[in-house]
Amino acid sequence: MRARLARLWRPAQLPALAILLALAVAAVIVIASSAFTGLGFQPLLPIVAYTNLFIGAFGSGTGIANTLVAAAPLMLGGLAVGLGFKAGLFNIGVAGQFLAGAFAAAVVGSSLATSSPLVAVPAAFVAGALAGAALAFIPGILKARTGAHEVVTTIMLNNAIALILAWALQELVAAPGFSFPRTGEIGNAALPVLAGRNLHLGIPLAFLAIFAVRWLLERTTLGFEIRATGANPEAARYAGMRPVFLVTLTMCLSGLLAGAAGAVQLLGVIGFYASGISASVGFDSIAVALLGRSDPIGILFAAILFGAFRAGAPLMQITTSVPIEVIDIIQGLIILFLAADLIVRRVFRVRAAKAEIKELETVTRSWSGTPAAH
Amino acid sequence: MTERAPALEMRGITKRFPGTVANDGIDLGVHPGEIRALLGENGAGKTTLVNILYGLVTPDSGEILIDGSAVRIADPADAIARGIGMVHQHFMLVPVLSVVENVILGDEVTRGPFLDLAAAGGRVRALARQLGFEIDPEARVESLSVGQQQRIEILKAIYREARILVLDEPTAVLTPQEALEIFEVLRRLRSEGRSVIFISHKLDEALAIADRITVIRRGKVVGTRLPNETSEAELAELMVGREVSLRVDRGTSRPGDVVLVVEGLHAKNDRGHETLRGVDLDVRAGEIHGIAGVAGNGQDELVGAIVGLRKASAGRITFSGRDVTGASPRELQHAGQAHVPGDRHRFGLVLTFSVADNLVLTNYHDPPFAYGPFELLRGDAAVGRRATALVEEFDVRTPSTDVAVSSLSGGNQQKLVVAREFRPDVKLLVLDQPTRGLDVGSVEFIHRRVVAARDAGMAVLLVSAELDEVLDLSDRVSVMYRGRLVATVPAEEAKRERIGLLMAKGAA
Repeated sequence: MRARLARLWRPAQLPALAILLALAVAAVIVIASSAFTGLGFQPLLPIVAYTNLFIGAFGSGTGIANTLVAAAPLMLGGLAVGLGFKAGLFNIGVAGQFLAGAFAAAVVGSSLATSSPLVAVPAAFVAGALAGAALAFIPGILKARTGAHEVVTTIMLNNAIALILAWALQELVAAPGFSFPRTGEIGNAALPVLAGRNLHLGIPLAFLAIFAVRWLLERTTLGFEIRATGANPEAARYAGMRPVFLVTLTMCLSGLLAGAAGAVQLLGVIGFYASGISASVGFDSIAVALLGRSDPIGILFAAILFGAFRAGAPLMQITTSVPIEVIDIIQGLIILFLAADLIVRRVFRVRAAKAEIKELETVTRSWSGTPAAH
Repeated sequence: MTERAPALEMRGITKRFPGTVANDGIDLGVHPGEIRALLGENGAGKTTLVNILYGLVTPDSGEILIDGSAVRIADPADAIARGIGMVHQHFMLVPVLSVVENVILGDEVTRGPFLDLAAAGGRVRALARQLGFEIDPEARVESLSVGQQQRIEILKAIYREARILVLDEPTAVLTPQEALEIFEVLRRLRSEGRSVIFISHKLDEALAIADRITVIRRGKVVGTRLPNETSEAELAELMVGREVSLRVDRGTSRPGDVVLVVEGLHAKNDRGHETLRGVDLDVRAGEIHGIAGVAGNGQDELVGAIVGLRKASAGRITFSGRDVTGASPRELQHAGQAHVPGDRHRFGLVLTFSVADNLVLTNYHDPPFAYGPFELLRGDAAVGRRATALVEEFDVRTPSTDVAVSSLSGGNQQKLVVAREFRPDVKLLVLDQPTRGLDVGSVEFIHRRVVAARDAGMAVLLVSAELDEVLDLSDRVSVMYRGRLVATVPAEEAKRERIGLLMAKGAA
């Protein structure tokens, strides 16, 4: 039993300590800033604020539902980034693939708004996922065939797709009768609410995706090939694996998950596509994947944590006047401490052995040429 | 040996790493004007000991005395200041700089704020003459041979007035002739009263060059011998802790059908230079065909093209009567090829994967390791059973089959690759440096398996920079020089001196 706990704790140790340290540093910032607001200097403010943050996120059925609703797209997006990391790919294009998925889900959903939900929901959801996969296919095939680096191509495609979608929205699919360009109502294509006000079908779907990706990576030969390609591309080639196929396929799967994240957010929460819908999920997904160490179960917990921040922050702001933006500071600090894990290890005196965050190597390696050079 | 005070004395040096004791109370005294060989298996603790001496590792206990007084060596700068020089196995030279620039790097001769290269050149030239080197101080290091580069490393140490010179496996990268030349240099240093510590796992070299030989096993000194009072057999036994046969009894081969034919093969290296320039060779079933040659003469490209990892720019490869030029590694594996790559970390293993996963790295997709549609599902139970069996059969020392391969020693990692690739259904074994960096015990084991594979009817292509390995194992020997095979002779006609000359000059 103790050995099993130790096995679970070891990979979770650094992320957990990074979160702790981030909360501590953010607390100092909250105290310092309280001195400049009308409230006056309040040394206990962080404790009150964090308590309210926690109560807002987990203190009621509604709070938990809000947490899970916010976590669902982050789970899918985190899986998208994490799966890429496993293959040694850094998919920064999750933001663009998320938008493409949301757009496709909105267009298909609004055109099937009056069909049976049994047709409309799956069709809109699948359309979103496939749109993400199709967009990710481009950097995938470019990387596999020409070596063009996926970091560069996905960043460029993020901008390209945002502009293409803005044009398509205005010129092709804008619904009449609104003062700004947006798609029509999705009607029956909306993800059915299972419980409460907003606990929609996308949440079990996201949980399902967590276990599906875990199964893919751990239990299938394809997952074995993906992990081998990520850990040592030259050994993978030596072993007879097909890097071109694997790189392209992994990018597509990553895009599929990112597109699904977009579809879930659109069909479960937003309901229509308009310019300026939140694409922050795309970038938060990178943070979630890093915090979860690319492990599906780790991503599950990281996504719930980030979801809880979003769900609990309003109560914190109402009761303590600590602004919601503190959440961004905490998230930023978490990633900072994960990247600079030496700080965490110094503070908590954690031994270096095997504690480092491997996924960040994919990020740093991104800038020193192709992984094959190692 | 006269009884003068030792130039260097290490007393009771102990260093523990998590899970192992690398040095366990080591005592070592080296006199001025002495060449001392440090012999030991991989992981015996030789490198840790000299790293402690050079200030790269801090010992847990023990003391170091230089000229009789205790010193604390905190870092390499300290070591250099105390007259200790180190020649690493991998050279620490800047390829685009000249010889002079490399020698003075970190200890520059200046006039005002500027480098005084003229003065430095004069000093380097004088020093080279004193040591008997023929080196153009203006030459760029990248244009020099490996043997010459090594001399620059020695020159660097002597330039910094090293009185105790440590060489870590200096002959590993040299031809036999170059090794003899470096021995001459070491003898000259000895005659100047300097001390030399020479790390090796090659018994014959230790016997040839050393005044005394100290053998280390599992972090402890197990004996010190004078070369004229010991033998290779005794040293090997000391190193391994049991009797070892240094030479495999190869027996007679019964060559069968031709399995592999290579005709007019050309290929480029990673930088796009054509380094394989028209090779013809064949390997028969039940025969070991050895390729001797100094590393970097096109062997990597030859092996890469044969196993499908590198595109041939011209020529033809026939395997089991089928044209397989341009075939993928997977196709060749299915046709009956197995490959032990020369660089196990780069190609042979995924270090973060478990022992079990690495043992199926090249056949994870074959039943029973995979099942279901498209062989998509992994047969973990079968993988585990195979791993347990192979670990047992090949004596891979590992706490379990679930640990990451990175935690195994180099010798055990290599045994793991061999265990995986020596499958009974293989027709052609391509072995690239199969025993690189291994100790005598592991070498003996792998050599036996190679001969057994041949006797079972496999064709074996053996590429090795270790001339002795090629000569001991091969039924036919070819010599590779500048991208071509310059000679192919049966084993009984392959004389060491002639092959050595062919390796060095391409003719004999």
